[in-house]
Amino acid sequence: MNGQLTFHFDVDGSDFTSAGQASVQVKKDLRQLGLSPEIIRRVSIAMYEGEINMVIHAGGGTADVVVTEEEIEIILTDHGPGIRDIAQAMQEGFSTAPDNIRSLGFGAGMGLPNMKRYTDHMDIQSEVGVGTVVTMRVSIPK
Amino acid sequence: MTVAGLLQHEAFSPVCLPDGEREICGVYIGDLLSWVMGRASAGNAWITIMSNINIVAVASLADTACILLAEGVTLSEEIVATANAKGINILASTLSAYELAVCLSRLL
Ligand SMILES: Nc1ncnc2c1ncn2[C@@H]1O[C@H](COP(=O)(O)OP(=O)(O)OP(=O)(O)O)[C@@H](O)[C@H]1O
Ligand SMILES: [Mg+2]
Repeated sequence: MNGQLTFHFDVDGSDFTSAGQASVQVKKDLRQLGLSPEIIRRVSIAMYEGEINMVIHAGGGTADVVVTEEEIEIILTDHGPGIRDIAQAMQEGFSTAPDNIRSLGFGAGMGLPNMKRYTDHMDIQSEVGVGTVVTMRVSIPK
Repeated sequence: MTVAGLLQHEAFSPVCLPDGEREICGVYIGDLLSWVMGRASAGNAWITIMSNINIVAVASLADTACILLAEGVTLSEEIVATANAKGINILASTLSAYELAVCLSRLL
């Protein structure tokens, strides 16, 4: 692999049935690049959790993925309501998901903790009423 | 044991088996999708009663060997088609999650 590869996705906030398409596509692309199944699994789960959060909590957004020889970076940007208390949102079990979302199996409050667990670096920038940017990085072992 | 191998047991019926030769390695039970993605291991048989389209994406991303639908849960044709296209194995059973786990602990 030479230089860097970038992928851009628009994540539709209105359609729950297609939520996760960007992550599934990234999984395919990473597999084609010959990355290890373990790295692919971590990246694609972390990205899926972030993608679903944008759909459930923020009305959609965009996902950008940058792959270099050293790492995979995922940047999720939305213009939703923002997160008032990031430390609270990061706690296992904290969720503001409505009942219709819970009946689909989401809303356990485990998404952000999973994103943290599966990545080597995670940062949330959020402003109430403006939106949220989540940046995650997974290092590729030599 | 492979996913297709489970069909030898009367408790299981096939829903779709695009990758039937996949080896099963351990079991995870859960219906909350983020718990499954956080705790299931690659290669697990995943027992659930969830039946919406998102289980296909979760099984794909978590890289489980198969979805085992407990309690006689059924899927829409559209979901089965998506699972087939994505290479996701699904079996169904009328047994409860507990009974399925007991059964799998004998078989695996
Ligand atoms: N992009 C976002 N915009 C606004 N709020 C968010 C966003 N992402 C997360 N949140 C807030 O943080 C809370 C915790 O998120 P987390 O992903 O951990 O749990 P969840 O999405 O509610 O449930 P789960 O991920 O287990 O299905 C959410 O309930 C929501 O209040
Ligand atoms: Mg979430």
